[in-house]
Amino acid sequence: MNFIVCIKQVPGTTEVKIDPRTNTLIREGVESIVNPFDSYAIEEGLRLKERMGGKVTVISMGPPQAESALREALSMGCDEGVLLTDPAFAGSDTLATSYTVACGIRKIGEFDLVICGKQAIDGDTAQVGPGIAEKLGIPAVTYVKKIEEIDEAHIRVERMMEEGYEVIELGIPALITVVKEINEPRLPSLRGMMRAKKATISIWNAFDIGCQRDRIGQPGSPTIVNRIFTPPPRKGGELILGDPEEQSRKLVDKLREAKVI
Amino acid sequence: MGIRIVEDKCTGCSLCVKACPFGLIKIISREEVAKPHPKYKKIAVIGEGCNLCGACLEPCSFQAILIEKEEAKLRPDISNYKGVWVFSEQKKEKIQGVVYELLGEGRKLAERLGEKLSCVLLGQGMDEGAKELIAYGADRVYQIEGSILRDFQDDPYTDVLTSLIEKEKPEIVLMGATAIGRSFASRVAARLGTGLTADCTELAIDVESRQLLQTRPAFGGNIMATITTPHHRPQMATVRHKVFKKAIKQGNRQGEIIKESVENRTLSLRTKLLNMVEDITQTVKLADADIIVSGGRGLGAPENFRIIEELARSLGGAVGASRAAVDAGWIPYSHQVGQTGRTVCPKIYIACGISGAIQHLVGMQSSEIIVAINKDPNAPIFKVATYGIEGDLFKVVPALTKRLTEVLE
Repeated sequence: MNFIVCIKQVPGTTEVKIDPRTNTLIREGVESIVNPFDSYAIEEGLRLKERMGGKVTVISMGPPQAESALREALSMGCDEGVLLTDPAFAGSDTLATSYTVACGIRKIGEFDLVICGKQAIDGDTAQVGPGIAEKLGIPAVTYVKKIEEIDEAHIRVERMMEEGYEVIELGIPALITVVKEINEPRLPSLRGMMRAKKATISIWNAFDIGCQRDRIGQPGSPTIVNRIFTPPPRKGGELILGDPEEQSRKLVDKLREAKVI
Repeated sequence: MGIRIVEDKCTGCSLCVKACPFGLIKIISREEVAKPHPKYKKIAVIGEGCNLCGACLEPCSFQAILIEKEEAKLRPDISNYKGVWVFSEQKKEKIQGVVYELLGEGRKLAERLGEKLSCVLLGQGMDEGAKELIAYGADRVYQIEGSILRDFQDDPYTDVLTSLIEKEKPEIVLMGATAIGRSFASRVAARLGTGLTADCTELAIDVESRQLLQTRPAFGGNIMATITTPHHRPQMATVRHKVFKKAIKQGNRQGEIIKESVENRTLSLRTKLLNMVEDITQTVKLADADIIVSGGRGLGAPENFRIIEELARSLGGAVGASRAAVDAGWIPYSHQVGQTGRTVCPKIYIACGISGAIQHLVGMQSSEIIVAINKDPNAPIFKVATYGIEGDLFKVVPALTKRLTEVLE
């Protein structure tokens, strides 16, 4: 079976700062990592391949340096890497990104299952996974915490909901987004790292994947960011002193004053 | 008109001829239309009827075809989109809490725009629910009934909402940033080709441009961004639960209920919902809870979660946990609060024995009141805590439970 895993390279911390002069994020000095949720997607792709046979192709869209994220995925055991990179992709919102990645997946060719992390830790939107499915015209299930069964034609998954989980069956090809509970990602092996270093990563631009120019990048993005700002920091806390009984009494009084209990 | 052949780049290779889905491109002799070229004798010409689809751009290896679309032409007409919609999520015929918050906020937006507030309610046997939505402020309810809509499934929900939006043309569509909302809002927006902003915590209207100013946290709440959808309609947003105030119920409100059935319509359904399993360890859902008591590594052992549960029970709250406690296997993942777990914003968040790693803080720092109970005075959790209690949680937590039980009974 052919598995495709979509990953994003994100800053290694969410403690980002805004340059007050340019009103943009300061990215210098912040290391880049594979989006943590995408590591679960990679791991699940590898496990499915081990179970079913086939190939895992990992795809990312981003600046040229996102190649290192793909190499990391290859070092874990993915077979092939594809980077969609083009200055024309700059400024893409979730719609333009979904379209672009879908074009990239079509170019890869036949696939059975597309796996994404539930969301990226920088944008936190969780919109690109279902968006890709829509653009590919395939069904999707989000927040998957377990793959119960898979064969050449079907997949049965457990989707996390607020009050528990749902068991859902769907036909293949399909797309799933996965949550942390699904697995424990492996570490890259030494052999994997050596292989990943030498592996060729396909680098495709807008032309290569045949996308319409007015549907990518900033022109293809219905949403625009008007303003970014740092939220006001939480006001300094108040330390409640005394023995446990005293502390409890004072805290309960304060909560009652605040009319929250 | 915006397509042209760049005369000095075209080689007359004819690759574009095959690519044109409408067969409008011809290769002719250069003499007929252009000045001579030292190398190439032929050139492409594009006939009448081109819709600027761009299919010819890709095969042209010489960048010899240019499409210049005027911006105004590119943009769909958005002036006939009117009104504010709230997608009214229901589970087991029960309208979900976030819907009432959306009605409260949606009402304000509708008034700013001078438009109506409508609800879209998909389900089966939702007559009572529709009346309820009117009482909570909807001017109109589109009640779409069908057995296929009883439980949420991505495909039919996407089909029904998309076609209703195409027909009725709302200006704004709000949905809860719940598992359901976040699953299919993106499909709807992608199908409509409009903008969607995820997980908003603040909404406002710029009256002059009629734009929805959608403010949302990114980078785990360390950055806020205000996002707009200037040229596409509807403007779609998912909105975080527990951020806006619930609308107030007025029993005598009048409104219009437009009831339709989809039983005779063919809707796509590529998934099969086999079962719904409720997590028995959760008596109160984290996402809905007004009060959350969370335990972390400081608890030391799984059985010690008992004191956390007791404190939560005394407050009618839910039990949360840090990643450390979940990774240690003390409590299921569904309780995890933080970057790789759930983001919560209750009225009171009590963190017991949680040091406050940034990954945890981003999942709870928008809570109204944060109480930290920890024996380490340098724990980062104290930096975000409204009230800090430095001490042994095994003494403080039971004392607090006791005090609360006395006071609240």
